[in-house]
Amino acid sequence: MEPLRIHTGVVCPLNRNNVDTDQIIPKQFLKRIERSGFGQFLFYHWRFDDDGNLREDFSMNHPKYQGASILVAGENFGCGSSREHAPWAIQDFGFKVVIAQSYADIFKNNCVKNGILTIQASEEQVQSIMRKAEDEEYSLTVNLEDQVVTDNQGLEFTFDIAPYPKEMLLNGWDEIGVTLNYEDKISAYELAHK
Amino acid sequence: MQKPKNIIQKVWQQHVVHQEAGKPDLLFIDLHLVHEVTSPQAFEGLRMNGRKVRRPDLTYATMDHNVSTRDRNVIKDPISKKQIDTLKENCQEFGVELSDRQHPDNGIVHVIGPELGLTQPGKTIVCGDSHTSTHGAFGALAFGIGTSEVEHVLATQTLWQAPPKTMNVKVNGNLGTGVTAKDLILAIIGKFGVQFGTGYVMEYTGEAIRSLSMEERMTVCNMSIEAGARAGLISPDETTFEYLKGRRHVPKGEAFLEAVAKWRALATDEGAQYDAVVEIEASEVEPQVTWGTNPGMCIPITASVPNPDHEEKANKKDEISRALHYMGLEAGQPISSVEIDHVFIGSCTNSRLSDLRKAADVIRGHKVNPKVKAIVVPGSFSVKMAAEKEGIDQIFKEAGFEWREAGCSMCLAMNDDIVPPGGRCASTSNRNFEGRQGNGSRTHLVSPEMAAAAAVAGRFVDVRQFTAQGVL
Repeated sequence: MEPLRIHTGVVCPLNRNNVDTDQIIPKQFLKRIERSGFGQFLFYHWRFDDDGNLREDFSMNHPKYQGASILVAGENFGCGSSREHAPWAIQDFGFKVVIAQSYADIFKNNCVKNGILTIQASEEQVQSIMRKAEDEEYSLTVNLEDQVVTDNQGLEFTFDIAPYPKEMLLNGWDEIGVTLNYEDKISAYELAHK
Repeated sequence: MQKPKNIIQKVWQQHVVHQEAGKPDLLFIDLHLVHEVTSPQAFEGLRMNGRKVRRPDLTYATMDHNVSTRDRNVIKDPISKKQIDTLKENCQEFGVELSDRQHPDNGIVHVIGPELGLTQPGKTIVCGDSHTSTHGAFGALAFGIGTSEVEHVLATQTLWQAPPKTMNVKVNGNLGTGVTAKDLILAIIGKFGVQFGTGYVMEYTGEAIRSLSMEERMTVCNMSIEAGARAGLISPDETTFEYLKGRRHVPKGEAFLEAVAKWRALATDEGAQYDAVVEIEASEVEPQVTWGTNPGMCIPITASVPNPDHEEKANKKDEISRALHYMGLEAGQPISSVEIDHVFIGSCTNSRLSDLRKAADVIRGHKVNPKVKAIVVPGSFSVKMAAEKEGIDQIFKEAGFEWREAGCSMCLAMNDDIVPPGGRCASTSNRNFEGRQGNGSRTHLVSPEMAAAAAVAGRFVDVRQFTAQGVL
């Protein structure tokens, strides 16, 4: 997993609440047995019409958001199914950071395991970023080490993150490798609970 | 005297392998259920790192999402077939027990766990599937995980988990006649919203919960995730023990009595505290129908779909407008005027024997409306066999339902059971998200009884009147 410390990028707004993982990656794309290649299917039915043409009215399709690496959304982002294909698709499409008012628990966990930082922000902050993102010169910087978000127009706010996911993201650690350092504890537990 | 604890705190404490400041707890997992969709990348990860499955004896696999409900032996889609075959190969390679498509124990993962007695009070249970919350009905701490976590559990039999906040969802009084467990959980989500449980594990308590059968409790706990809670559970009681007695993986004889004593002690102590409490009056719950594109968008059958103009907040207005547009509904339209063309009775929410019995009771002597395509998909092979023994299949078939093989089926349409674009389905499943049952499909979540009545009427009807009068 790639470490994430400071990231600057273009913001893509997705001004919706309760975006579920069925929308992020529809079920017909869950049949693959690989971990890669899901980006092309991200928000498939919102990005494409039934004939496979790009929908012009969907924000992600707008030319000014091409190459965006920071996704901004409303409340309860990533609700529904536990499919990790959702963060895989988000990451494969090029996003490294998501900023939203709130997240579903499983989705948030899945993001950490893949090196994607999820930042919780207030409705005001989210709306302000979405508005400013319409400006083509707009860019946002996320500093995970200091837990600060800044933009090139004077915005600055801090965000909370628990120490453990922060450490995982900063170092890009393989969690199983970490856990296997506790093997003696696991064995002891197993022995005591036979 | 020890401080009173709720069941969530008790089960948690019993499973902590390691605790240290600045880290979540390392939690031991007692049962890991595996299915074909969310596991291939996890097994591949083990292979790439030369790791083994630490506890194959605590791991159990089934195939359910991709299986055909027409013929258990045939999977037409080559990519689905590949996923199914991959699970079989992985289980062989890593020594994991599998009930494959032809196996008599096969079925939806959240139906067979309890059936086989793998699901027991006080266990920590995980699966790469968000509806793992179902198993909470037994007083197990059961939650869905992503594929990286599946790999983590396979390799270590543990997970790093921050202790959850706990919530008491208290259901006072009793449900009225014709009002089901499904209506109750939909009404709870409708009242408190699709994210009130986020960050919490919920315990359902109160008189109405105590009166529910195990299968009804599973329906309630199943949809905890639709309220944002990874897990929802119910303290075990005589109903739980009675259900478990004699099941294959449940201890027998003296050992069963010992297990019951341990299970009984798990129940929430008198006076235990929670981080939050919500309450609902069961007697006020009516049969529910969802009108929109998430499970919180639900109303009683006697009500009308909302009008976005009555909302003050701009984003709420947008949300309602977008949902109405997707669903092809008019603002203010009575839900009972909405006509349907598909009925799906099945899914890990409502595909157990009692669900099928109740739907059959409604449908008996009636015919499915000619414009409606109606299917029944039992939750497992054993549910199907038991239903056929009782002649339930005949009741459905005579009414014009298709009687199918077990699987997840039209709940998420990963197999070939798909609602076509613009099609409208009365469904006993758990999610009415856009495109859930097929691209462009429109899903209305209801109880099995309401689905059966809708199949006959060709629109939503109040099952309480339907059964009372036998006419429409």
